[in-house]
Parts: sequence; C-alpha cells; structure tokens
Amino acid sequence: MLRTFRIGGIHPPENKLSAGKKITAIAAPKQVIIPLSQHIGAPAQALVKKGDVVKVGTLLAKAGGFVSANIHSSVSGKVNKIDNALDTSGYRRPAIYIDVEGDEWEEGIDRSETLVKECNLSAKEIIDKIAEAGIVGMGGATFPTHVKLMPPPGNKAEIVIVNAVECEPYLTADHELMLEKGEQILVGVTLLMKAANVNKAVIGIENNKPDAIAHMTKLAAAYQGIEVMPLKVKYPQGGEKQLIDAVTARQVKSGALPISVGAIVQNVGTVYAVYEAVQKNKPLFERVVTVTGKAVKAPSNFLVRIGTPISTLIEAAGGIPENTGKIIGGGPMMGKALISAEVPVGKGSSGVLLMTKEESVRKPMHDCIRCAKCVSVCPMGLNPAFLMRSTVYQNWEMAEADHIQDCIECGSCSFTCPANRPLLDQIRVGKAKVMGIIRSRKSK
Amino acid sequence: MMENSLYVSPSPHIHGGDSISKNMYGVLIALIPAFLVSLYYFGLGALIVTLVSVVSCVLFEYLIQKFIMKKEPTITDGSAMLTGVLLAFNLPSNLPVWIIILGALFAIGVAKMSFGGLGNNIVNPALAGRVFLLISFPAQMTTWPLVDATAAFPLTYTDAETGATVLSLLNEGVKELPSYTSLLIGCHGGSLGEVSAVALLLGFAYMLWKKIITWHIPVTMIVTVFVFTGIMHLVNPEVYASPFLHILSGGLMLGAIFMATDYVTSPMTKKGMVIYAIGIGLLTSIIRLFGSYPEGVSFAILIMNLLTPLINMYVKPKHFGEK
Repeated sequence: MLRTFRIGGIHPPENKLSAGKKITAIAAPKQVIIPLSQHIGAPAQALVKKGDVVKVGTLLAKAGGFVSANIHSSVSGKVNKIDNALDTSGYRRPAIYIDVEGDEWEEGIDRSETLVKECNLSAKEIIDKIAEAGIVGMGGATFPTHVKLMPPPGNKAEIVIVNAVECEPYLTADHELMLEKGEQILVGVTLLMKAANVNKAVIGIENNKPDAIAHMTKLAAAYQGIEVMPLKVKYPQGGEKQLIDAVTARQVKSGALPISVGAIVQNVGTVYAVYEAVQKNKPLFERVVTVTGKAVKAPSNFLVRIGTPISTLIEAAGGIPENTGKIIGGGPMMGKALISAEVPVGKGSSGVLLMTKEESVRKPMHDCIRCAKCVSVCPMGLNPAFLMRSTVYQNWEMAEADHIQDCIECGSCSFTCPANRPLLDQIRVGKAKVMGIIRSRKSK
Repeated sequence: MMENSLYVSPSPHIHGGDSISKNMYGVLIALIPAFLVSLYYFGLGALIVTLVSVVSCVLFEYLIQKFIMKKEPTITDGSAMLTGVLLAFNLPSNLPVWIIILGALFAIGVAKMSFGGLGNNIVNPALAGRVFLLISFPAQMTTWPLVDATAAFPLTYTDAETGATVLSLLNEGVKELPSYTSLLIGCHGGSLGEVSAVALLLGFAYMLWKKIITWHIPVTMIVTVFVFTGIMHLVNPEVYASPFLHILSGGLMLGAIFMATDYVTSPMTKKGMVIYAIGIGLLTSIIRLFGSYPEGVSFAILIMNLLTPLINMYVKPKHFGEK
C-alpha cells in the first residue's frame, strides 16, 4: 500500500502534456525584467543603478531583511532602469531592467557538466552559500531556503523531505529535472542533510512518475540515508503539511512550522539549485519552466533565465493559440491568472499554462445544497461551505473558530463543488481578514 | 496581442465537472429498480400516482419560481422531479389524484419554495408532503392495495382491493406475516416505492458507486433500528417482532437510503451524519414499538432534519493536526 496524506484530497485530470520532453535552454531575450520581490518577505535592495554593466551571476540586489533573498543578474549587459514592472503577482513592483549584450558570466561559476560530489564545507558555510545564491522555494511558495535551514531555538530537524510530488496537473518541470539531473539532486540532498545536521532524507514522488521513481531509486542506492518514497497520487500532496503527513504520518499543528515535527521540506528544483550554488558556485538566475496547455502546439520544458518575458516562452512553444482565454502562471489548481503575457519569469515560476476560451469561463453558481463534498475533499479538515458563509456574513469570530487561517488555498473545494460556488475566492477574503485580526491582537 | 481579452480569475482554474443536476439525476437513476418493482406489483396505480406526483411537483416549482419569485425556473436541475418521485414512493398506489396534488403543493410550495428553494429548505420536501397528507387524510393514507403475487402490472388504481401492511399487522398483534422472501422482493402491501428491499439496496449500491452519497447515514440508521428492535425482541419476543422484520418492512430502507440522505437536510460531517442517523433509528424504533402509529420513519427523519443545523453547528470536521 502506497502512502499518502490522510485527510481529504482530489484527483484532477493530470494532463501532463509535456511529460518526457527534454529540457531545452531558451536564449536570453533582448531585455530582461528582474523583479526585486521574487520571494516571500521583504523586497531585495538594489545594488546597481542605471548604466551599470553587469555579468551573468552579478549580485543585483541584496536581501532586504531576515526573510528575504539576494537577486542576481541572469544576463550580461547594461542596467537600463529600475522601475515598477508588472510581475506574476499581478502587481506593479520595483524591478531591474537589463538590456542584454552578449553572454558573459561571472568568473568563479563552474559551467562544466562535471558532477562534483565532495563538499568540505561546514553546515554554516553551506547555509551561507545558499543564502548568498538567493535560493528560495521553487515549487511556487518562494520561501527563502536558508531561513528554513535555520530552525528557531528549541527545534531540532530530524528529516529532510524532498518534495518531488508535482501534484499540480500539467506541470512536468520537476519530473523532467529528476530524469536529467538525478545525480546532482542527490548530491544536493546530501548538502541539505549536512546543513540541517540530519542523517535521513526522503524523496517523495507520486506514483504517476514511475520512470522518475525507478531512476532516483537506482541512483539513491549509492547514497547513505536517502530513501525514495513512491506516493499514492492525490492532490494536494505537494502541500508542505500534506507531504509531511504522507511521509512521516505526523501532522503539523495549526499555526506551527514543519520543524515542530522535525521536518524540513524542500522542493526538488530547489535542491538542484542548492547543488549548483554550493558545488558550482552558481547563484539562482535560471530555472526549468513548463509551458503547456491543450491548444499549445509544442508543450515543453524550458531552461529559462529569470526575467525573461512569459511571451518569449510561449513563442518558443509554438506561439499563442488563437483561442487563448487565460494565461496562468503555475498550474491550474493554485496558479495565478496573468493579466499580461509580458510579465517576467520569476524564481517561483514553475509553469505557464494557456487555457482555451471555453476552459476559462466559470459556470454559473447555485445555492449551496450542503452536499458536504467540499468537507470530504478539504485536506485541512475544514468546512469550506461554512467558511464561505462566515466570510459572506462577516462573522470573523466563527471563521477563526473554524480555523479559516489553516486553509492552504489548494482549491479542492471549488474544484469539487457541484453548485459551482466560489468557495476558495471567499475563503481567501475571510482568511486575509482573520489573519489581520490575529496579527493585530498579537501585537497588542 | 490579446492583452485586453484575457480572463483573470482566482484559482482554481479548473472544475471537476460535478453538478447539482448530475447528482439529482443520479438519485433518480438509483430509484429505477424500486419503480419497476412497484409497477410489477401495483400496476396502473403506481404509474398514475408517480406521474401525477412528478408532474405536479415540477409544475408547482415552475409556477412559483416564474410568477411568485419572478426568477428563472430551475426545474431542469432534477430536484423537483426527484421530490415528485420520492413523494409518490411514500404514497399508497390507490391514492386519488387530488390528494396527490395537494401533497405535491405542500412539498414544493410550503416545504421547499417558501424557504427559498433548493438548498434552503429545512426539512425534506417529499417527507413533509407525505406527513402533511398522513395527518390530513389518515384513512386514505393508510389503506394500501393488496398485492397479488401472480398479477404482473395489474390494471387497477383506486379500485384496488386493500389490506394491511406488515407493520400495521404487527401493531395489531397479528402473528401471520409475509415471508422474508416476500419482504425482500417486494411482494407485500405498502407505499408504492418502499416494498422491495432488494430493489432499494440496488439503488444504494449505485449511489455509492457514483459517489452521490456515503454509507454513513443509511448503514448507521438501519443498524440502529436493528440493534434497538433486536434488544427488545430478545427481552420479549412475544410482544416485539424480530429485528429482521423491522429492517425489511415499512419505509425503513426507502427512508434510510433515499430520504435521510437528502443533502440539504442532513449533516455535513461524517460524525454528524452518524449522530443524525442514530437519532433517526432510535426515533423510528420508539415510534414503531411504543407509539400509536405503526410506522415512524417519516416523523423520525423530519425531527432529525430540524436538528441538522444544530448538529452542523457543533459537530465540526476533524481538522488537520488535531489529536
């Protein structure tokens, strides 16, 4: 019996159209737009100004706080301006515009394909290198990786869990990365184990990727303490708390951090970035992005420089289909609808999904019939119908008592609702309100 | 470019395709075996009662939505049709047309639409209609046509020969009862849709397969009745009938599988469903064994329907990380 998380979950159609497509690098465009906020936490502070000449890997901006991350140039060229730019969040936020000239890399970055296994750095040195390289959670949450490796006092890590679940429909970037960079990922895992001072790591992969499971299991045999764990396919297994539950059968309590049950979870793309940063001296300035959709000519997995406009990726996948109704940054369950194809790829951009006009329109909603299907599928054990009702009636006490703040916004409720009710839309509103109330109460 | 023509909405961007009508028609499909059995044993009467009930339920819903609520009628969602079928299934097959129409008016007009329509009613509309008729027309509602095992699709309606049901025989202390086989296949008197346990269980299996309902309410309710009447039977078998007889007779199967599981009026959590179903099972047994009505399923379900908001308020799902 394969393991999985124990509460709720759904089975959306997988539609992994780009599965098995080799990762191909996309050439740098004429101009890149590198946002200063590509992570959770404070925006990075720009170190360059208009006219500065930068190389690939040059530090452009330094972390603007404890929870923040460095940002490096993904291209060589000249800083055109620092100005607000529309990004994948849908907001206009400060970004560095760079006009591309040539492709000159910073010295010290090891561009060879040679696998470097040995690492003589201490845990602290590894963490410092990760912080220097500006690595954040690449599954989409974009939480700074080095912060996760420094647990608050009183907490001890016991296990590193690698999130290679990729439970979002359509996305295949992580899958392909495992097939092509398996060794590097395993070295990355050993680095994280050393950094977190643990001797056990589990790579969780859903059972719909048998080739990746076989490949990684074979490779992992040569590494001490790393286990590859096939998981039963169920969305949202890639949710941090769900994955920990699936792998360790421990549930992180409401409001607590994964470290409270001894777990540090890192996305497989992040682990690869850690390898490159520590062993190859390469900061995080490019990533694998899946470009896909039912009407897309050539669904692909691209290696993309951060700051490349999404439109460049779409062109490379055969151009924008005639009947495109929606462009999503990320997957269909948790991705964000973009208001323009000109927004740049960020560190958290796992995919670009083009949906046809027909797929883009929601069906009309009806009154709740209390079928409780949303309750059965909620992976956090909440009652989405009631949370929506509490929000609509602005009953924040009840919303908080019903744990609205635990919602992970996976969308299983809205996906399932036979009355097409916008459950998650409303819960997000209520959650933001309740979180605000909790914060102001704590600060008193 | 098409900048101006992009849809922007919050996630999720896909939907599973489930709909209210899919669920309603799913339940209707699950009712087909029981309907076929009723046609076999009750013939023309079953057909007339069902048709009249369905047509009047749908028509009342249409008229009320169109002319009183002044909104787009939603009769195609299948819920009014379902109420019609369920009401008919709870009526004797010789009930005059005008009484059926009154029942449909009460079910749709009073129990459903006056609360705001589907999703807002507090009791099961079909059951409210049935209980309204039972109280208003006790004589007509408790004389059931006799079943002739040899007559397939008898051409009788209000002219059918009538007799007692198993439960009324029990209530009167009669000892000669139909065999378990007759109870299972439906060869005994009763409301037209309730007679065959096998046909109803087939419908249950279908709904479980299609994930329309879960097992919690029907199984808990039937087990509760079985245990309660079983204990009483052990205490005094002279007075209290066998628990097998209880679970196979009257409206228990129909009520447990199709009436108590109504989405709108049953609790939303598994734990809540179990509490609710135990309540129905206990009330049913108490009414049957100690009350003056021979059958108590309808009353029991209606009472627990009214308690459902309370159960929903206090019985919350077990949230993630909770011990």
